[in-house]
Order: sequence, then structure tokens, then C-alpha cells
Amino acid sequence: MPPTTETVLGVFAHVDTTVKALEELRAKGYHDLEVYTPAPVHEIEDVMERGRPVSRVRLFTLIGGLTGTASGFILTIWSAMQWGLVTGGKPVASIPPFVVIAFELTILFGGLSTVLGMVLLARLPRLRPSPAYDPRFSNDRFGVAVRCAPGRGSSVSAILQASGAEEVRA
Amino acid sequence: MSAQGPVEAASPTFADVNRDVLRTLAPPGNLYFAWMSIVGLILAAGFLAWSYQIYVGMGAAGKRTPQMWAMYITTFVFWIGIGHAGTLISAILYLFRARWRTSIYRAAEAMTIFAVMTAGLFPLIHAGRMWFAYFLLPYQNQRYLWPNFRSPLVWDVFAISTYLTISTVFFIVGLVPDIAALRDASTGWRRRIYGMLSLGWEGSHSQWRHYRRAYGLLAALATPLVLSVHSVVSWDFAMALVPGWHSTLFAPFFVDGAIFSGFAMVLVLILPMRHFFGLHAYIQEKHLDAMGKLILVTGLVLTYFYICEIFTAWYSGDHFERASLFWKVTKSYAWALWLMYFCNCVSPLILFWRRARTSPVILYVVSILVLIGMWFERFNIIVPSLGHDFYPYTWGIYKPSPTDSMIVIGSFAFFFLLFLGFIKVMPSLSIVEVKETIPQPMKEGAHAAHH
Repeated sequence: MPPTTETVLGVFAHVDTTVKALEELRAKGYHDLEVYTPAPVHEIEDVMERGRPVSRVRLFTLIGGLTGTASGFILTIWSAMQWGLVTGGKPVASIPPFVVIAFELTILFGGLSTVLGMVLLARLPRLRPSPAYDPRFSNDRFGVAVRCAPGRGSSVSAILQASGAEEVRA
Repeated sequence: MSAQGPVEAASPTFADVNRDVLRTLAPPGNLYFAWMSIVGLILAAGFLAWSYQIYVGMGAAGKRTPQMWAMYITTFVFWIGIGHAGTLISAILYLFRARWRTSIYRAAEAMTIFAVMTAGLFPLIHAGRMWFAYFLLPYQNQRYLWPNFRSPLVWDVFAISTYLTISTVFFIVGLVPDIAALRDASTGWRRRIYGMLSLGWEGSHSQWRHYRRAYGLLAALATPLVLSVHSVVSWDFAMALVPGWHSTLFAPFFVDGAIFSGFAMVLVLILPMRHFFGLHAYIQEKHLDAMGKLILVTGLVLTYFYICEIFTAWYSGDHFERASLFWKVTKSYAWALWLMYFCNCVSPLILFWRRARTSPVILYVVSILVLIGMWFERFNIIVPSLGHDFYPYTWGIYKPSPTDSMIVIGSFAFFFLLFLGFIKVMPSLSIVEVKETIPQPMKEGAHAAHH
């Protein structure tokens, strides 16, 4: 069976050439792009995030945080009711001090579910490297991997070369 | 300073950052092993003292009424406080986009975790009968215990375990892309281990976009958390009726003191690191200057709190508050109080002078004094207050015993051993965040001011 897509990788040494390549590719209608950067770069993020909704990690944080608040109150109120010991003439389920526990659990659950969200959404852990990955991308090179229809590889290569890629491989 | 000259002269490139950070992980020399052995020996002595205390009982720690809290809780509060500067640097300054934080935040964050781990030992050491440690967990009452959620001590269990968990998670998330860089630069079994720890991180945009969002959210969660932790610790005292403790001032007072001592500890760790690893291009004079300013500001705020504390004790008209204060200032523990005032209020004043803020030697001396002062601050809150409360028949003087002193000294060894180990297995300088701060590689119009 012939491959349904092919992947072309351009390796760049500079941010501005990488951005140029991305802009060019998007203008030509190539949208299945992946960029590898040693560190987050605003210019590249701006191009890649254009017209996309923000990451859904925050939804995990919200749900985790609210779960934490609820469990904090449930734990404290339920435990206090189980024993029912009146001290200091205060109600058994005395809310103000329980807020401290609820707050701590909000942060705890919120933080843990944020990380869980990141791991799930970023598809981690990745057991074997993706084919386009190159160890230089964690050092000082930027990579642009373009997935395109078979036969379009040469025109993608041409765009990458023209933008200033120092290496292009299909 | 050294041969680095004007700091802006040659900014490191991306490849320089990788090279310089990898260099810090090179096999250590004899000096490192000498330090490790000294620290290890002290730690062993500490463990010996602890074993002795477990075997003989809490009397070995010199604990008798009214000084049941004495050294252990002093040191516990001290270590929790040390952790706070790390979270301040890694989370609060991140939210404020203070770019100078990038080169020190990793070491500061590691310091936080190790300090909280060290602190976490003290409730166990202090409570005695180690084998009942699980009684701290407030699960339901099969043990016929009453989990009293109104007690600040229970809040403390929640606050500190949350703090340790979230700091560790935040630290690990920050490490993942850096470990990927280590993985790509290493071979053999190291590569396998780093490969596993990096979770197969590739730095692709589809990873970064979630990563960045998650990192920001974690910073936003850690910020109120760090303020809450030392407030909760302060309520261990403030919720009690003991004169000298029962004050609404305590939460901000503790948080400020924590940050003050934490910054001093950051400098104590960073300055030798900078020297021995030759990180002058990353930890520049402007970083030292900024740290010095933060120590100065928190020190001045602390001085203000001390004045408030004295003023409220006098102005309250409360007989016991006044008596407690008078006793602290003039009697048995007055030396500790005045030592604390000198270390925390007077010694940081030299940092008004710019040359002192950029001189590693002066910063180091001030930091050590601040650490001594802040340890004694907790001592002065706990020991003299407990030693002189409402009834003369409960008054008492506490003298440290060899056992509890050795355990406290051992805790410092525990902390430094963890830190020394860390700097040789993990990047103590954040590869990714430093790259974000230095000029990005541009083909044209190099060094376009990035934001």
C-alpha cells in the first residue's frame, strides 16, 4: 500500500527563518505542521497558536480544584459529625476552620490534575521518539516537520530551503 | 569580580547553555567528595543521636515542662521558612515575569523541596514514639481518636504535605524538558535513565502549548499556597493563648521572615555554585544585586514587625504580655533576643550599599548572619514565651541537651547532603528558562529586544 502522507523535516538555526518558513507554509495551505524548539519561543507560538483555542489544561485545573474544595469540606464535616464532640461551645461542623483544609486540598487536587492534564494532552510519556525528532532540537536547532500529501514533498522542501533551512530531509 | 568583566559583553548562545550546564554534571573532584564525607559524617552523628532518643525516650532530648516544643519545633519552623524563598522565586516571580529569576530558580526550587523534607522530619522526631507516626493522618476514628479539624496542628499536616507535593510536582515539571536535553547529550545507561525521566519529551509545539499553560497554572496555584503554608505554621502559635504567641500579627510576620531567611539560604547555596561551576555568565552581578535588595526589603519589613510586636505588647495593657516581653528583653534569654535583633535588623542594613550587594563575600557573611538570626527568631518565639507564661509555678528554663543539639545539626547535614547530591545528577541551572531569557538566535536584526 502506498503511504498516505509523507513528512518533510527542515532544520533551522534561527528563530526568524523558522517563523518565515511557518508563515510561508501556512500561506500555501500546509496546516499539518509540527515545530520543535529547544525552549518556548513567542514568535513561533504566535504563528502556531493563531486561530486555535487555548490549551484545555485549565479545564483540568478547574475541575481538580473544585473537587479539592468539595473533598476538603466533605472530609472535615463528615468526620466531625461522626464523632460529634462539642468543644468550646462551637458547632460540631464549624465551617471557618474547615476552610483552611478545603483551601489546601483545592491547591493539592488542582495542582495534581493540572499535571495530569498536561501529561494526557501532550501525549506523555512517549515511549519511542517520533520519526522527525532530532537530538539537536534540545540544543540549539529548530525543526519544522510538515506532513503533506504524497508527491507534495518536493514543493515543501523548496519552501523550507527558500526560507533558510540549513538542512531538509524527507 | 573575576575575569568575566562587563557582564553584557558576550551573551551565551543556546549551545553555550547546554554545554555549560552539562559541564556542571561532569564527574566531581576530590573537593566534592571531601564535602560529601564531612556532611555524611555529621548526618551519621545526627542519626545516631536520633536512634539514642528513640531508644531512651524523649527525656534524652532535654524535654520537660514547660519547654516541650523547644529545639525541634524551632528547627521545624526554620526549615519550613527556608523553603519559601524557593517558591517565591519559582512561582511568584514567574507570574511577575521577573526575568532575573531564570538562572537561580532551579537551585532555589531544589532547596525548597529539600528544606521541606528536612522540616518534615521534625514533627516525627519531636513527637516521639515514631512507630505511631501514622496517627498524624486524620482518617476516620477506628483508632478512637478525634480528628480535630479545628486544631492548627491538623491544618499544618495538610498545609505541609500539600506544599511538599505541589513543590515537588512543580519542580519535576520544570525539569522534564531539561532532562530531555541531558538525554540527547548522553550515552549508555545514563541515556536510558534520562530518557525515562524525560517522559520522551521532544519540545514539539503540541507539547509546549500544554506545558506552558500547565506551568503557568501551577505557578498560580503555588503562589497562594506558599503564603498559606507559613501562615498556617504561624497559627500553631497564634491560636494558642500563650503570651508572646497570641497575636494576629503572626501570619504576615512569619511569611516575611520565611522569605527573608529563604533568600539568605539561596545565596548560601548559589554563591559557591557560581564560584565552583564558573556560572558567572548566568548568575551575574545583577542577580546578586536583586537578591541583596530582596533580603534588604524583607529585613526592613521584619524590623517593622518586631517594632509592632513590642508596641502591641506594651499598648495592649495586658499584664502577662508586658511581663513576657520584659522577661524576654532583659532576663535569661535576652542574649538570644539581642543576637536576633543584630542579625536580622542591623546586619542587612549594609545592603543599602550597592557594592555590598554585588560582593559575594559580604553577601555570604550577611546571609549566614541572617540564617543564624532567623533560627534564633523561632527560638525566641518558642522558648522564652513558653518559659514565662501565666503562672510562676509553670515557669522554666530550657537547656539544650547533646542529643537534641546533634539532631538539629544533623538536619543541616541532611539538607546539604541532598543538595550536594542534586547538583551532580540534575541540571542546577534551568536550560530551557535560561534560553528563554538570553537573546534568541536571529539571522537578521540580531538581538531584537525580546518583549
